[in-house]
Amino acid sequence: MTPAIELINIDKRFGAVHANNNVSIAIAAGTIHGIIGENGAGKSTLMSILFGFYQADKGECRLRGKPEKIKSSTDAIALGIGMVHQHFMLVEPFTVLENIILGAEGGALIGPALDKARAALKHLADEYELDVDPDAIVGELPVGLQQRVEILKALYKGAEVLILDEPTGVLTPAEADHLFRILKQLRDQGKTIILITHKLREIMAITDRVSVMRRGEVVAEFDTSKTNVGELAEAMVGRRVLLRVEKTRAKPGNVVLDVRHLTWRDKKNIARVDDVSFNVRKGEIVGIAGVSGNGQSELLDVITGIAKASSGEVIFKDQPVGIKDSPAELRKRGLAHVPEDRHHRGLISTFTAAESAILGYQSNPALGKGFRLNRDAVVAQSLKQMQEFDVRPADPHLKSAKFSGGNQQKIILAREIGSNPDLLIVGQPTRGVDIGAIEFIHRRLIELRDQGKAILLVSVELDEIRSLSDRILVMFAGRVMGERPPSADERELGLLMAGVGKEAA
Amino acid sequence: MSTRSDLPAWVDIGLIPALNLVIAFIMAGLVVLIIGENPIKALAILLGEPLFSLQGWCNILYYATNFIFTGLCVSVAFHAGLFNIGGEGQAYVAGLGAATPGLILGGALASILPNALSQPITLLICLIGSFIVGGLWGLFPGYLQAKRGSHIVITTIMLNFIAASLMQYMINRVYRPTGNQAVESRAINDAYIWNLREIGNLFGAKLPSTPLTPVIFIALLAAFAVWYLLWRTKLGYEIRTVGANQEAAIYAGISPPRIIMITMMISGGVAGLLAFHEVLGPQHKLLLEYVQGAGFVGIAVALMGRSHPVGIVLAALLFGLLSEGGTQLSFEIQSISKDLVVVIQGLVVLFMGALEQAFHPLLQKFFRQES
Repeated sequence: MTPAIELINIDKRFGAVHANNNVSIAIAAGTIHGIIGENGAGKSTLMSILFGFYQADKGECRLRGKPEKIKSSTDAIALGIGMVHQHFMLVEPFTVLENIILGAEGGALIGPALDKARAALKHLADEYELDVDPDAIVGELPVGLQQRVEILKALYKGAEVLILDEPTGVLTPAEADHLFRILKQLRDQGKTIILITHKLREIMAITDRVSVMRRGEVVAEFDTSKTNVGELAEAMVGRRVLLRVEKTRAKPGNVVLDVRHLTWRDKKNIARVDDVSFNVRKGEIVGIAGVSGNGQSELLDVITGIAKASSGEVIFKDQPVGIKDSPAELRKRGLAHVPEDRHHRGLISTFTAAESAILGYQSNPALGKGFRLNRDAVVAQSLKQMQEFDVRPADPHLKSAKFSGGNQQKIILAREIGSNPDLLIVGQPTRGVDIGAIEFIHRRLIELRDQGKAILLVSVELDEIRSLSDRILVMFAGRVMGERPPSADERELGLLMAGVGKEAA
Repeated sequence: MSTRSDLPAWVDIGLIPALNLVIAFIMAGLVVLIIGENPIKALAILLGEPLFSLQGWCNILYYATNFIFTGLCVSVAFHAGLFNIGGEGQAYVAGLGAATPGLILGGALASILPNALSQPITLLICLIGSFIVGGLWGLFPGYLQAKRGSHIVITTIMLNFIAASLMQYMINRVYRPTGNQAVESRAINDAYIWNLREIGNLFGAKLPSTPLTPVIFIALLAAFAVWYLLWRTKLGYEIRTVGANQEAAIYAGISPPRIIMITMMISGGVAGLLAFHEVLGPQHKLLLEYVQGAGFVGIAVALMGRSHPVGIVLAALLFGLLSEGGTQLSFEIQSISKDLVVVIQGLVVLFMGALEQAFHPLLQKFFRQES
């Protein structure tokens, strides 16, 4: 049987980032096909290409065996592809009906279109049990129903293939269950569904087949019935050739960072960090493993003073971190932070490397007396750091954006380590970094540990966590699932990352 | 505003503004043509006349003094990612800070000190006063933006109108001497900035009549100070960080609301210096509408000057030339009003601001092929 959709050798680059590397996927008609992978694995890019938001640099899309050029979302819709985005594309002050005819108004007067849509909506509601009041204002509907409107919108435009991008991210568990029932029904009626997610459980719950993406490539494909959570988790985080780091046993000293029952709630009052307790001692690296989006970023934000804890406390060097302690204050106290997202936080792309190399340390008296900023001192310090960390090119006057990912990361690392901190917090130290730089960065981190510094490492690369850490904590859904030594079985860690505790496994 | 560019620096700073200017001129030429006049002749008057007389040059520098202040005002805010279009109002209200010390304190100081001493002291206080009052008028929308999230473009526009009403009231009710018909304060003789002709007379030199005063040097100093602030101080670094990437600023422990308020205070303060110049210099009194749109010209100047003090000084000279030339033009060709210059200014804002990126792809293609 011809697959509903075939993506053949799709290649897409954004500047230096290879978002999709020669990806091929075939999706059988009348199935639910899951695409799973970390944030940044290239899932959304791939689907955006299919939906016409981006053009692939190379490769081909085939629909029902026929090669098609999809240049815009209009083309995609005409070909029967519908997409439900993670962030809904709805006009909130409009009614459900008005939203559904959006893009299919069919003339200067919208009356006829509305009447047609009302009839069609009734039909769809009967067929798929997708009940929504057509005259309700969308902005007043709960999120689950808004999503249903998005699905109806796609179906109304004749979608045979429905792409859902992280559909459960905004839903409560009950709403998610309802969504799954709807999706199964749609499949049974012959629709083809592509589900993008990084949640393993969803894949297990409703897909027929699953493709695993990592670093822009499809690394594995399974029939869902023949795989399990552990295997998927492993494929997702990867078993890259181990970059073994030479290191001796840690000699942990006093506790530097003590996190006690820390909870952080987002604006919707959902606990993204949920009652987390752990500590980090001098001379050890504590690694936090986990699939991204399980509260690691929020945890780092709270510890570094960027976000404020909802409850619980953080004790740094025997002093509690208070509400008033800004990131600047904590830096002065000896807490350095290599952020997870270097483009948005770590440096400023329009600044020169020298200017980026003082971000957060601009009020250091060594860089100028009083209110002054001594240009020469800034450049000299940057050059020194660049040489020490082998940044190439070692040109402090070059714009930060012009450096490769690895060299940008070295600039940040040099800055943070150069401040001689007591505690270094490192998020995703080698994301988007070439192999050579990875090794270098790993060595520097071990060196720092051996100097008796405390290091808290967060990474989605399980390999990295295992080769660097002296203790491993696994986070899932905002909670610490358990602590394991680095020698722990990879499968066991994979299960913890998937939220399966030892008891359950 | 956006410095997104992988073009050579001279293209970005030199060629693009020049190109935009040429197109603005061509479009304005079309307007002249529609009116039924000869655009070449109009251009010759607009650019030629001021450049070939000493008086012309003096007047260009006089206009440029004001435009440097307002251009700097806009650019300081730009660097923090703020679009302050309230320079007009900030410069207007600052007149209170410039005039009040001169009216009240000046007399008292003059009675106890010799004139040669009391004048400079009073002027210094007036300078500080105009900076502070202008700064407070800028701080207010800064506060609303930082703490209440009210968009600075909206609040600064509205505050321009409030400034106009406030000044009308203040001058009419407070500053106008009773019995005086004209809506203006009494002459401020105790803080008197001499113009070039008056200074020339001291040395027996016969200079043309011009409103140009030595405040041009204060303007140049202000340009240097802004440059120094932005690129040589910690505060300037923080301002530029907030403007470039707020998230990185928060990561670095910089508080964007605090920086926004400080920046708007400085921005309004620099605009306020226009009041010092205009009220105590050419006018010698507080009167209505003395800003005469210079606050808006400052937007064009900052855009044209790529928000860099050197560029701003050059752009201010150019707009000084246009203002002076426009006056000449309206004298010599009756059917063309002085407002043609406003048309040109508007077109420059359009091309530099709204359509800044219009030539970008073309130029990028061109320079990529070359390199």
